[in-house]
Amino acid sequence: MRMRATAIAALALAAALTALPARAEKLIVSVSNHRVTVTPNYSGEELVLFGSVEKDANTPPGRTYDLVVTVAGPRADMVTRRKERKFGIWINTDSRQFLQVPAYLAIFSNRPIDAIASPEVQRRQQLGINNVVLTQRVGTDYADVVPNDPFRSAFVRLRSQHGLYRESSSAVTFLTPTLFRTGIPLPAEVPIGTYNVDIKLFADGQLVTRTETAFEIVKVGFEQFVATSARQNGFAYGLATIAMALMTGWMASIVFRRD
Amino acid sequence: MQLFLPIADIPVNVFLILAMGAAVGFVSGMFGIGGGFLMTPLLIFVGISPAVAVASVSSHIAASSMSGAISYWRRRSIDPALALVLLTGGSIGTALGVATFTWLRSLGQLDLLIALSYVILLTSVGGLMFWEGLRAMLRANSGNPVPMRRSGSHGWIHGLPLKMRFKRSKIYLSVIPVVAIGLLIGFLGAVMGIGGGFILVPLMIYVLRVPTSTVIGTSMVLTLVTMLFATMLHAVTNHLVDAVLALILMVGGVTGAQFGARAGQKIRGEHLRLLLGLLVLAVGVRFAFELGIKPVELFTVRETGGAT
Repeated sequence: MRMRATAIAALALAAALTALPARAEKLIVSVSNHRVTVTPNYSGEELVLFGSVEKDANTPPGRTYDLVVTVAGPRADMVTRRKERKFGIWINTDSRQFLQVPAYLAIFSNRPIDAIASPEVQRRQQLGINNVVLTQRVGTDYADVVPNDPFRSAFVRLRSQHGLYRESSSAVTFLTPTLFRTGIPLPAEVPIGTYNVDIKLFADGQLVTRTETAFEIVKVGFEQFVATSARQNGFAYGLATIAMALMTGWMASIVFRRD
Repeated sequence: MQLFLPIADIPVNVFLILAMGAAVGFVSGMFGIGGGFLMTPLLIFVGISPAVAVASVSSHIAASSMSGAISYWRRRSIDPALALVLLTGGSIGTALGVATFTWLRSLGQLDLLIALSYVILLTSVGGLMFWEGLRAMLRANSGNPVPMRRSGSHGWIHGLPLKMRFKRSKIYLSVIPVVAIGLLIGFLGAVMGIGGGFILVPLMIYVLRVPTSTVIGTSMVLTLVTMLFATMLHAVTNHLVDAVLALILMVGGVTGAQFGARAGQKIRGEHLRLLLGLLVLAVGVRFAFELGIKPVELFTVRETGGAT
């Protein structure tokens, strides 16, 4: 059922794209699910992105392709803190603020990015976690820093430990020279929001074409209701919690009454 | 069975949390305390952020002190006047505590404050209790038990102005130390996620000379109201109260407490104090140890909002 829906979507996309002026290559992609619902017992899922490279008359024959897929989740401000030993105990001292950085970031390619493009192209196209711009507040300035900056690398490492930042140079597989697929793993603590998928096609170290798609992660059910009301209706939520505590205590005193 | 906690934002095993609630409930029923000082650290150790643990445990303590307060009310062992005066201080203390909590959280020093106050408070109170219990036990063994309360000896506390008569407790006392104690307990409760029963009861017995007949019931009323107030303030200002987590804890806690209370009646008083002292001390030392050793991960990441 899902396969058929996707096939229809792919066909529709193909029809739309053929109307555009001729270019050497076209990318046609689709994700297996455009709306992922996170239920209370959600423990992670994997989406599949697949697509094909459409050639036309202008395409040089015998070209081999490389593909880099960047999935960026909703953006948020984060702060990274570092502990240092002071007066014999370990306390948070230095901190760095990251502004509007993706809460989820995954970069997949069919082979190591260094083999796909030159460092110059990697920087310009933001290929790989080391090249994606993660804006920090540096004093009064806003800038990204070198990849081996201790705060940046700690930030990336901690996000990676939770499966929220990931990079894989073998995740994209070419089923035929033009047909490809890749899995997009979404861990249990995946943030909700809109995820943009940016697909870039390279040949001979140069960007040939690119396309974008997106999917959405929504949380449903009781848990989401609780989370939303806690944030938006703090007072009512507090009252409800208080009532719940009083009820539980009162019930217990009735159930276990001994005198 | 895995369940996703909406505010703590992590999946947990329901039975683990339920068992933790029951275990702490057992201990709290046995010693006649709220058990927050055990519950909050346990939640932190299973991976719930200290801020969420503190905020959620306050509603859990409210539930267990509610059931306690009801049964003490039936036995007429609550002094309403004393409770009311304690509450005046308690409410102000709670509000100050939540404000401090919010301020330190924005500075990134909340976890440190929670850990430090646990170390200082628990090691000192636990050490004292342990020592007291040990001495009482040794005396009991040597055959000359010393009475707990030395009636008639009035300290400087009893010379303070603004005296008031507390009928049910049969004491005549200045309101200043009563309000001050309420303030202290309210503040500690909001910051540390504890009911404070294990500090409040000794303070009321030794400093205010409240008779044992009304001390526990009255302290439970203070705990109940300050914890309800703390829950409300944490919910409104920091949005950190996890109602799902709290409900599981409450159900486990009130059940465990019943069995604990029965077990507690079979153990002698000084043994109980010794055990409780040891327990409090152990939690304090655990926190001290954590602060002193080099953490495996020096960096932490926290979302500061602005999610789009």
